Amino acid sequence: MAAPVVEVTSVSKTYYRDKMPIPVLSNLSLVVPEGDFVALMGPSGSGKTTLLNMIAGIDRPDSGKVTVAGTDLGALGESDLAKWRARHVGFIFQFYNLLPVLTAFENVELPLLLTGLSKKDRREHVASALELVGLKERMDHYPRQLSGGQEQRVAIARAIVTDPTILVADEPTGDLDKQSATEILDLLTQLNRDDHKTIVMVTHDPRAAEHAHVQRHLDKGELD
Amino acid sequence: MTQTTMRVFKLIFKNTLRHKLRTFLTIMGIAVAIMAFGLLRTFVSAWYAGVTQAAPDRLITRSKISITFTLPLAQKEKIARIPGVEAVTFGTWFGGYYKDPKDFFAQIAFEGPESFTLYPEFIVDTAGLRAFGSERNAAIVGQATMERFGWKVGDAVQLTGMIYPGQWDFVIRGVYTGATDATDISQFLFRWDYIDQRMQQEMPARAGQVGWWVIKIDDPAKAAQISNAVDREFDNSADETLTETEAAFQQSFVAMAGTIIFSLEVISILVIGIILLVAANTMAMTARERISEYAVLKTLGFNGGHILGLVAGESLLIAMLGGGLGLLLMFPLLQGVGAALRAWFPAFPIDPMTYPLAVVSAFAVGILAALFPAWRAIRVSIVDGLRRVG
Repeated sequence: MAAPVVEVTSVSKTYYRDKMPIPVLSNLSLVVPEGDFVALMGPSGSGKTTLLNMIAGIDRPDSGKVTVAGTDLGALGESDLAKWRARHVGFIFQFYNLLPVLTAFENVELPLLLTGLSKKDRREHVASALELVGLKERMDHYPRQLSGGQEQRVAIARAIVTDPTILVADEPTGDLDKQSATEILDLLTQLNRDDHKTIVMVTHDPRAAEHAHVQRHLDKGELD
Repeated sequence: MTQTTMRVFKLIFKNTLRHKLRTFLTIMGIAVAIMAFGLLRTFVSAWYAGVTQAAPDRLITRSKISITFTLPLAQKEKIARIPGVEAVTFGTWFGGYYKDPKDFFAQIAFEGPESFTLYPEFIVDTAGLRAFGSERNAAIVGQATMERFGWKVGDAVQLTGMIYPGQWDFVIRGVYTGATDATDISQFLFRWDYIDQRMQQEMPARAGQVGWWVIKIDDPAKAAQISNAVDREFDNSADETLTETEAAFQQSFVAMAGTIIFSLEVISILVIGIILLVAANTMAMTARERISEYAVLKTLGFNGGHILGLVAGESLLIAMLGGGLGLLLMFPLLQGVGAALRAWFPAFPIDPMTYPLAVVSAFAVGILAALFPAWRAIRVSIVDGLRRVG
C-alpha cells in the first residue's frame, strides 16, 4: 500500500447556529494513500464538505489532527497555511469560481503568481494545464464565453497548474449536465491514472462516485 | 515592480470596470466633492484676500464710533504732523449704483491723484492721472468694472447716489489695473471735491467730511506706536478716531462675516466626509459582492495582504480618478465663478494649498473607504465566503 497523503485522526467539529450547537463531525478518522481517488458520499449535512475543507486546509477541527503531505495542519498559522495550500492543494469547486474579469489563461495563472516563476515559465505551465483539459485554444476567452463544462475544465486546469500534492473536489459535477459531468469525471480519472494525482472528491451522485477507487459514506458526522 | 504586482494592478483595473455605472457615479461624486471643496476654500481665501493684500506700511483711521460716521477734513494736518507719518490721504464711501441697484461695485471718493501714490498696487497711466487731477468729475475705474459694463475711457457715466442723494455725472478718464492677481480691480474712484462741492450747496452740515484716513508710515514696526499717537491726538474731541493697520481694518470686515466663513470651512470638511461615506458605501457593496471571490483567492493561497491590496487598490483608483477629474474641472469652475462674482469678490484667488489638499483628501478617502470593507473581507473565513456562491 502507498504511503498515506491524508491522515485524519479522531476529528470532531461542531457548528453553532444562534448559539445552538450542531455537531458535524464526530471522532472521525480517514486515511487516503498517495495516488488514491476517494469519493466521499452522504446526504446533505452529513459533514462531507466539512471533512473535505479540513483536508484542504480551509477549515480546522475542534479536536483531532489532520496531517496532509506530512504536515500537521493544526500546527500552521493562517499565513503559513495559505502558503501550504498554494503549494499542496488544488481545489475544484461546484460552481467553478472563476474570476469573471479574467480570461481562462489569467484564471489558471492566478496560483502561479504566488510562486515566483518567470512570465515565460508561467505561460508554459498555463498552456500545458489548459492543453491537458482540452481548452488551450480558448485561453483568451472569458468565463462568460464558456459553457459550464468548459468553465469547470478551466477550474481543473487552475487546480493542477501548480502540480499540487492533492486535488480536492467539492461536487465538481453538481452544476453540470450529464455529458459535461461525464467529461469532467473522465478528466479527473485521467489525472489520477496518468498523472498519479491523489484526489478526494465530495459527491452525492453515485454515478460520479463510481469513477473513484474508494467510496466512503458519511452520515451524521461518522464514516461507514 | 514585480509581474505579480502588475497582474494585481490589472485585476484591480478590471474589477473597477465591473460595475461601470456605479464606478462612474462614484468617480463623479468624488469629482464634484473635490470641486466643491476647492470652491469653498477659494471663497474663504477671497474673503481674506483684502487682509493678505493689505500693505504693512498703511494705517487706516476711522471714526471711533463706527465706520459709517465721517471725520472732519481738518484732522489731516494734525495727522500729517505726527512723527513717522509720511503721507496722509483719505477715502469716502459713495454707496451709489449704476442703472440697477443690484449691480454692486465699490465707488470711493479719493482726495485726488496724489491718493494713488499711497496705492502702488493700483496701476494707472499718466494721462489718466493727469485728467483726474484737472477735471473735477473725472473717474478712474478698475479694469474688471470697465469690462463688466462695457465702458471705455471717455464714456460719460451717471451714478445714482444713496448716501449722497441725486444723480452724479462722471467721465471716465482712466483705467487702473492690479499689480497682482489678488488686487481689487473693481473700484470706481473719483474725486472727493466733486461731491463736497455739492454738499456745501445742498447739505452744508455734511460738507468737509471724509470717510477714513489712509496714512503711510515710515516703518511698519512702528504701526502700533503711530496708531496710538493718531488716536491720542483726537481723544476727547467730537471726532475721536480708531487707527489700525490696513490688515486689521480689513480683518474687522472679515470678522463680521466670521460665522459665514467658519461655516464654509466646516462645510468644506463635511463635503469630504460625505463623499468618504459614499465611497465607503461603494466599496462596502463591492467587497460584499466579491466575498466569494476573495474566499477563492484565499483558497488558492492569497493572504490578507493581497485581499487588502485588491480592495484598497480599487478604492484608491476610484478616489484618485475622481480627485483628478475634480482637480481638472476645478480650475475652469473657479475661473467661471470668480468672473461671475467679481462684483462681490474682486479678487478670487485660488489658494495654492487647495491643490495638494484636494489630492491628499482624495487619497485619504480612497484609503479610509477601503479599510472597513477590506477588514471584513479579510476576516470572513474561507468556508463562510464560499457559502455565498451560487
